[in-house]
Amino acid sequence: MAAEHAPTASEYIVHHLSFLTSAKQTSLVDWSVFHIDTLFYSTILGLLGVFVMARLAARATSGVPGRFQAAVEIIIEMVADQAKGIVHSPESRKFVAPLALTVFVWIFLMNAMDLVPVDLLPMAGAAVGIDYMRVVATADLNATLGMSLGVLLLCIYYSIKIKGFGGWMHELFTTPFGAHPLLWPVNFSMQMIEYVAKTVSHGMRLFGNMYAGELIFMLIALMGAAWAGTLGSGLLWIGHIIAGTIWAIFHILIITLQAFIFMMLTLVYIGQAHESH
Amino acid sequence: MNLNATLFAQLVVFFILAWFTMKFVWPPIMKALDERASKIADGLAAADKAKTDLQLAERRATDELRKARETSNELRAGAERQGAQVLDEARAEAARIVAAARTAAEGEAGVAAQRAKEALRDQVALLAVAGAERILRKEIDAAKHADLLNQLKAEL
Repeated sequence: MAAEHAPTASEYIVHHLSFLTSAKQTSLVDWSVFHIDTLFYSTILGLLGVFVMARLAARATSGVPGRFQAAVEIIIEMVADQAKGIVHSPESRKFVAPLALTVFVWIFLMNAMDLVPVDLLPMAGAAVGIDYMRVVATADLNATLGMSLGVLLLCIYYSIKIKGFGGWMHELFTTPFGAHPLLWPVNFSMQMIEYVAKTVSHGMRLFGNMYAGELIFMLIALMGAAWAGTLGSGLLWIGHIIAGTIWAIFHILIITLQAFIFMMLTLVYIGQAHESH
Repeated sequence: MNLNATLFAQLVVFFILAWFTMKFVWPPIMKALDERASKIADGLAAADKAKTDLQLAERRATDELRKARETSNELRAGAERQGAQVLDEARAEAARIVAAARTAAEGEAGVAAQRAKEALRDQVALLAVAGAERILRKEIDAAKHADLLNQLKAEL
């Protein structure tokens, strides 16, 4: 950020929507570029989540639980109940239920970065020479699509594991319309559309919610940044406090809900892979 | 909205975290939960059992109490009966003793009366003899008239 003059509103927004990249990305898709900030925050938060839970798990008692253990147990039982209701194979649940827990906790933590004041970490980064930083990893399409792609791979894995490769192929070509050879291409294209739609909507839903939420936080921050000693700017500054408070409180719901939705869809898609049509 | 290699990195991290959770987080916590559930179930079962035991013990205690009361009543009735019997026996014994004493006293009194009578007879005989002696003086020989006197004595 240029320190000499205050950025205009659009400069501020554009700056805040820029990732810290490993190289300048010029095209829409470039597989040689990394978003360092997304990877950093998603990995750190993921490790934080699972290590805290693992530490707790290591000294989990079957006696009277402490408050923290009870809280984690509530989440785990919620996930276990959902998994039991949706994925009917106990063998698959051994992996799918912990996966759903990971997804929920991880996405919740990444979403929760939205509640950190929008300029706090980027300004701290700027102070040590990191010019761009986006702290909400789930507001990066790469992160959400990466996860939904993981779910797609699991769907394919379990489809083949449960139905066999032949069974899966049979399903791809004969459902939803029927087994007549003329219908095979139609069925197959329908199935492909379904898989793509599932995966893209899965990732896009989370991304869209978090991106929009982050953008609104930035717009609210612009109101506070308008402070210039005049009455109008003073009102805007107060508006920042009011709007920021309301949006942050509302966002507590959003971040939990989106984490829950992503987890539920993960379970539903993997559950569907277990069912023969 | 650029797509790049971050996506694949995220995909890999996703699986690593899920694997880690499956390995180190899920099983111990589920084990603790299951253990606690079984502990609670055991506790509830034990409480139920204790309740039934208590009921049984109460019933047994009531039975014992009732039995003890019955026994004591029986004992008291027996004792009363026995007491009455002893009393009756004692009364009968006393009556018998009194009767015997009366009989003995009566017998003794009879004998004494007889003896007194006989002594009186002797005395009367002696007196009669003495009187006769005085009246008759020499005319009457005591030895000669002993038969007559004895006869008289027997008639008295």
